[in-house]
Amino acid sequence: METLASLADGFIVAFTVQNLFLALLGCFLGTLMGALPGLGPANGVAILIPIAFSLGLGPTPSLILLTSVYYGAMYGGRISSILLNIPGDEPAMMTCLDGYPMAQQGKAGEALSLSGIASFVGAFFATWGLVLLAPQLVKVALLFGPAEYFVLFTLAFATLGGISSTNQAKSAFAAALGLAIAMIGVDTQTGVQRFTFGEMHLFDGIDFLIAIVGLFALSEVFIFLEHHRGGAAGKAGAMQIGSLMPDMATLKRCVPTMGRSTVIGFIAGVLPGAGASLGSFLSYSLEKQIVDRDGKTFGKGDPRGVVAPEVGNNAASGGALVPMLALGVPGSGTTAVLLAVLLSLNITPGPLLFTNNPDVVWGLIAALFIGNFMLLALNIPMVGLFTRVLLVPTRILMPVVAMISFVGIYGISGSTFDLTLMVGFGLLGWVLRKLDVPLVPVILGILLGNQMEVNLRRAMTISDGDWTALFASPLAIGLWIVAITGFVLPIILGRRIKSGIEAQRPHEAVSDGD
Amino acid sequence: MSDRIFGGIGLVVAAFYIWAATIIPESFMADAIGPKTFPIIIGVILAICSVVFLMRPDPEPEWPTTGSLAEIALAALVMMLYGMLLPELGFVFATILATAYLTWRLGTRPVASLITGIATSVGIYVVFHLILGLSLAKGPFGF
Repeated sequence: METLASLADGFIVAFTVQNLFLALLGCFLGTLMGALPGLGPANGVAILIPIAFSLGLGPTPSLILLTSVYYGAMYGGRISSILLNIPGDEPAMMTCLDGYPMAQQGKAGEALSLSGIASFVGAFFATWGLVLLAPQLVKVALLFGPAEYFVLFTLAFATLGGISSTNQAKSAFAAALGLAIAMIGVDTQTGVQRFTFGEMHLFDGIDFLIAIVGLFALSEVFIFLEHHRGGAAGKAGAMQIGSLMPDMATLKRCVPTMGRSTVIGFIAGVLPGAGASLGSFLSYSLEKQIVDRDGKTFGKGDPRGVVAPEVGNNAASGGALVPMLALGVPGSGTTAVLLAVLLSLNITPGPLLFTNNPDVVWGLIAALFIGNFMLLALNIPMVGLFTRVLLVPTRILMPVVAMISFVGIYGISGSTFDLTLMVGFGLLGWVLRKLDVPLVPVILGILLGNQMEVNLRRAMTISDGDWTALFASPLAIGLWIVAITGFVLPIILGRRIKSGIEAQRPHEAVSDGD
Repeated sequence: MSDRIFGGIGLVVAAFYIWAATIIPESFMADAIGPKTFPIIIGVILAICSVVFLMRPDPEPEWPTTGSLAEIALAALVMMLYGMLLPELGFVFATILATAYLTWRLGTRPVASLITGIATSVGIYVVFHLILGLSLAKGPFGF
């Protein structure tokens, strides 16, 4: 009941002209970014963060704008999957499998509207899940002391490589690299300089926005330059949509699929290190096991094969917000970027967020509900608008993305040093992607590094330098067990799941992170 | 081989990082473990991972040809120059040049690239500066 009252307050916050407009703008931009291959949710949100700040938006409006982009991108990814067999972003990969065959059979419109409804169902119920689960998780999180927090951060890094990771050493390296970068600058506890070597620009540390925009957005531009891919994603002839109305019988047949996939997707989203890509992969695989054991219809244009992954990835994106808001520990790329929004607004995510800034949390959640309805409207009746965007050639699009990145970073600091540093991060991101080192742990390391260290030092101060304090409480031991299992399990299981996902991956490169 | 080189570089970085951590000056406001311990732990993790890359390298990634590599290096150089020259040239001119270069390298014809550059630059200027009021670099001409 208390939750519902808070939610009602949230709707009051969200129902202002400015916030409604920002939600609509975010939904529109998000769908656009999701639809365009090469721009995913993570780099889309990354580019917009500095711009939202430079415009002087407050915490709630900024979050509403950027989370709407996040939700929108999850909707938009399916458009090019269905029409072109090129996923618009990574989580939409599985939608190609049955979506494209449907389009080839002349049922593109039906596939688009079914998957639009599926996205809505997944996101809508996952947002309810967020409403119900997050306050419960907050109660647990309030029991955490510094030692438990330190272990929780360790857990986040240990599991971030994800169940699909084949090389845990590379995930660990990426996380350590991020943490190492976070250490640069003044030590907040003693005031001494660390790793600055007298360079004045480094005294305040490296702004994580510079790293995020460089690693995600600019490295994407380099990937496009490398492959000389300047053409448009779509061809005018291939974009026939046809009738948008799915027939009711098909829709009804998909209802059980939607139910199952929502649950799986949501759980995949809440679990650390899983995220939307895994949510859609698991939903699709399980659905195939249940309704199509002999492999007769899946992969050949079964509507349920379009619905399952779309419900899955949208439910997972809602689920991924749970640990990000309640614990301050994101489990996926885009939620890591959203965490950056909170941190740069000087809002500490985690349990205290719900007591100190209830307007931010509940306003955001209410805006997500409203945004979902906007997205449904944008993605079914107005889907033709977004298919036209696929005709814009990347040789025009990618430079625009690069320039907007520069504008955003210049807007926050006005420093040319930062711009050069961002290009450096872009190159680093390109090399790391080539070497198959995941970028999300780097980002998370830069974001969480200082908090992780502060908690460790606090715990050590309390215990007077006794390291066994990190294993002292049952809660901490439990977290250690999850962390170690999460790190070791992929080494055993990873290759199998990874090859399952890899097998579906089309040849075109897909933007990183989800 | 790439992973072995990567591991080698990783080891050097880790060693440098640990050394740089040991020279962090002690402060009079010392806490139980001080400002050095955590960075040293990170450095050790970097080193361990690098050794794993050296011992068990992944299959070779697809490196681009020398031409494509030069392409990327040049684009990065142009972007860095853009960053440095932004205050000298002003936003509009610098952006026309940088956008035209990138668009051209992605396969647009030169004249069309210049037009795209002008359109992008003026478009961003109008939307972000004139409408949204973001501060962009002012050159000698004030824009």
